[in-house]
Amino acid sequence: MIINHPLLGPRDSAEFVYMGDARLIERPDPESDTVAEQFHDYAYLRDNPAGTLRELWFHEGGDRSWLVVTRDTRTHEISKVELARDVARSKGRSK
Amino acid sequence: MHSLTPITALGGQTVRVDTIGNAELRESDGLALASVHGRLGHEAACRAHLSDLLDGRLPAVGKAVLRDPEAAFWTGPDQWMVGAPFASHEDLASQLKSRFGDTASITEQTDAWACFDLQGSAMEQVVELLCPINVRQMTTGDAQRTSIHHLGCFVLRRDPSDWVRILGPRASAGSLHHAIVTAMRSVA
Repeated sequence: MIINHPLLGPRDSAEFVYMGDARLIERPDPESDTVAEQFHDYAYLRDNPAGTLRELWFHEGGDRSWLVVTRDTRTHEISKVELARDVARSKGRSK
Repeated sequence: MHSLTPITALGGQTVRVDTIGNAELRESDGLALASVHGRLGHEAACRAHLSDLLDGRLPAVGKAVLRDPEAAFWTGPDQWMVGAPFASHEDLASQLKSRFGDTASITEQTDAWACFDLQGSAMEQVVELLCPINVRQMTTGDAQRTSIHHLGCFVLRRDPSDWVRILGPRASAGSLHHAIVTAMRSVA
């Protein structure tokens, strides 16, 4: 499988490590009133779609960037690759 | 007084040189390194300082600026590795810190990396066996990070273009050397 890195171009997926659902970027606020319930959902609840899934990949054997990869779980077709920091910043995060 | 003997990454008192077939692998102990990472909100100022250091040339994505004494290559977004001769720039990190000030986080890297120079007409065949990057597509001044023998390494294509410099983790210098020499024997 080839992942088309937004900066470095097509790279072999052997250079990457799969790091789970892209929703892990959205860590709940630890000061919230419903923190226990929110962290339960964050830690344990995942969708398992047969279809398009956004997921985190870490370019461990490359430039060490974190990517958000949109992949079809039925065909492994990759339709979109973004830098995770750009995704986080577009959600108003500082880092 | 302590009486300490400096050793190279492979543990010798002189650099190790292996010539097998049409490739020569030479350990290099003469490189000072420091990483530069632009701080949040200071990225433009950091780039300006680095470009100033390198005669107005800033290493683009996947590229190196090869010059003397200081050279640099891209390692990630707003992140570069700067190298210089150890003999004249042993305190490279502190020199850079005074130049960049609060615009960048500078980390001493000299003793974190082992440096190997691989040169010769068989170089491309050797690198092809070692890692998944397309070395034949790389030209002088290209710098890629990849995995060699499960070790995160930088591969820099230099001038002349039958020469690559491989930087790998110094604590695994022996394993990296073994992997490169094994590949050299395979193509010889």
